[in-house]
Amino acid sequence: MAVSIRTDGEAAGLASPSTRSATGASWDQPILLRLVSIALFAGIWEVAGRIPVSFAFPTFSDTIVAFFGLLADGSLATAYLSTLQPLVLGVVLSAFLGVGLGTICGLWRTGEWLVIPVFIVLQAAPVAAFIPMVTFVYGIGMTAKTLAVMILALPVIVLNTYKAVHNVNESLLVMCRSFLGTNWQTVAKIILPDASPVIFAGLRLGVAAGFVGVVLAELLITPTGIGDLITFHRSRADYAEMYATIASIIALSTLTLVFLQWVEVRVFRPESRGV
Amino acid sequence: MGATALRNGPSPVPAPIDSIVEVRGISKTYGNVEALRSIDLDFPRGKLTSLLGPSGCGKTTLLKIIAGLIRADGGTVAINGKHVTAPGAERAFVFQDFALMPWATVMRNVAFGLELRGTNKAEREEIARRYIAEVGLAGFEDKYPHQLSGGMRQRVGLARALSVDADVLLLDEPFSAVDEQNRRKFQEDLIRLRTNQNKTFIFVTHSIEEAVYISDRIVLLSPRPGRVSQIIEPEIDRSGDPERIHRDRHYLDTVEEIWQGLKQYVE
Repeated sequence: MAVSIRTDGEAAGLASPSTRSATGASWDQPILLRLVSIALFAGIWEVAGRIPVSFAFPTFSDTIVAFFGLLADGSLATAYLSTLQPLVLGVVLSAFLGVGLGTICGLWRTGEWLVIPVFIVLQAAPVAAFIPMVTFVYGIGMTAKTLAVMILALPVIVLNTYKAVHNVNESLLVMCRSFLGTNWQTVAKIILPDASPVIFAGLRLGVAAGFVGVVLAELLITPTGIGDLITFHRSRADYAEMYATIASIIALSTLTLVFLQWVEVRVFRPESRGV
Repeated sequence: MGATALRNGPSPVPAPIDSIVEVRGISKTYGNVEALRSIDLDFPRGKLTSLLGPSGCGKTTLLKIIAGLIRADGGTVAINGKHVTAPGAERAFVFQDFALMPWATVMRNVAFGLELRGTNKAEREEIARRYIAEVGLAGFEDKYPHQLSGGMRQRVGLARALSVDADVLLLDEPFSAVDEQNRRKFQEDLIRLRTNQNKTFIFVTHSIEEAVYISDRIVLLSPRPGRVSQIIEPEIDRSGDPERIHRDRHYLDTVEEIWQGLKQYVE
């Protein structure tokens, strides 16, 4: 109750001064709401931890303390240093490969027939089951972990890009042709911008899947990085530390997705800013 | 040459002396539907010619063949005496559904034809700014299409076609997705624009009033198969107040005459 009344007041206060700040107001307000939402979540967590729901379930405050402890002793930084390498490599490779492959399949019939069925099967398959196989073939190093990220991230990126490129606005293509656009110009100036909302939706899902992939790899293949930190604290029953580690990777994943959205709106679809 | 002009009609006209677009024996079949059967037409330079007819008469198909966006099954199109089968710099198209890039501002949309041609940014924006003002959108340069009304969006489409400085403007039912008030205003502006811009307009419409209101020359097409049934040159004085045309005797008579001719195709 209190929440909704306060935000109404905020909205009225922000919208009135001038029309130019209208876009600013629509940005500020969701941020406020998000903060309230986070505070509510933290509150419920704290209460649940104090009941306690389970002896293995720490309170929010204990988790925060543990988080700063992990930051201070450097174990979190060390863990991320090793986790981020396959993650960033895998995600970046998946993004470029996926968008490229998807674009080619969307434009070129033969490519579509050759490639798309494979990715439809991959997307439907419980890909985590491939991870032991990847380990068997590529061992326990960086390659295996990067592959685990890509196996999870690539299908959704390829399929979304393919669908978006395939369903590009026909009349814009004709327009580009009538104004003498070359094939490259058509791809760069019409097809990719037109497809970008769906491509970015695929990238967001792909990046999220990449996080799943890297954590799975570290839990299943080599106990290193974040996966190792989680396993280690679980085995010592340091539940607050374990939760802090898990929460940190969730937070990182969320921030990455927010950043992606920001890039999309900034670079590709400026018209959707403030809408 | 004579074939087109000598078709019987209430006001037969002699073949134009200087035609910029020459259509010879164009035919087009979709599956087993004959959309166009051996069309011969000349479009006089500097005039506005309308292609008018009921739906299914192939008027948009003919326009897109002239634009080089659709291939004809037979026949030729010549612009300034040169045969064409693909889009070219001497023609610019205005689309029924506007075909604006939603992610680009009015400025970028209008300058897009020049952008594709590699004109540098400063130069193309200067040209675009001039045509944006010409179509009455000054001040809207940084808006996005979704912030504009239908009528304003089509003005953007028109400015884009004008800014590439083509000799021939091809307009495919440009006002059909625009509301009635805006359409009236737009038609008046088009008459004014025509006198300022020394260009040839080919205009597809299904509205008799619209065709008579703005055209120097009206080509009536009959459906199934699409053929030229009549060519009319309404003698309407458009020099004064465009509002007055709607009450002009000759305007009303021509509309009625065309309607009588088209009635048989409507069931």
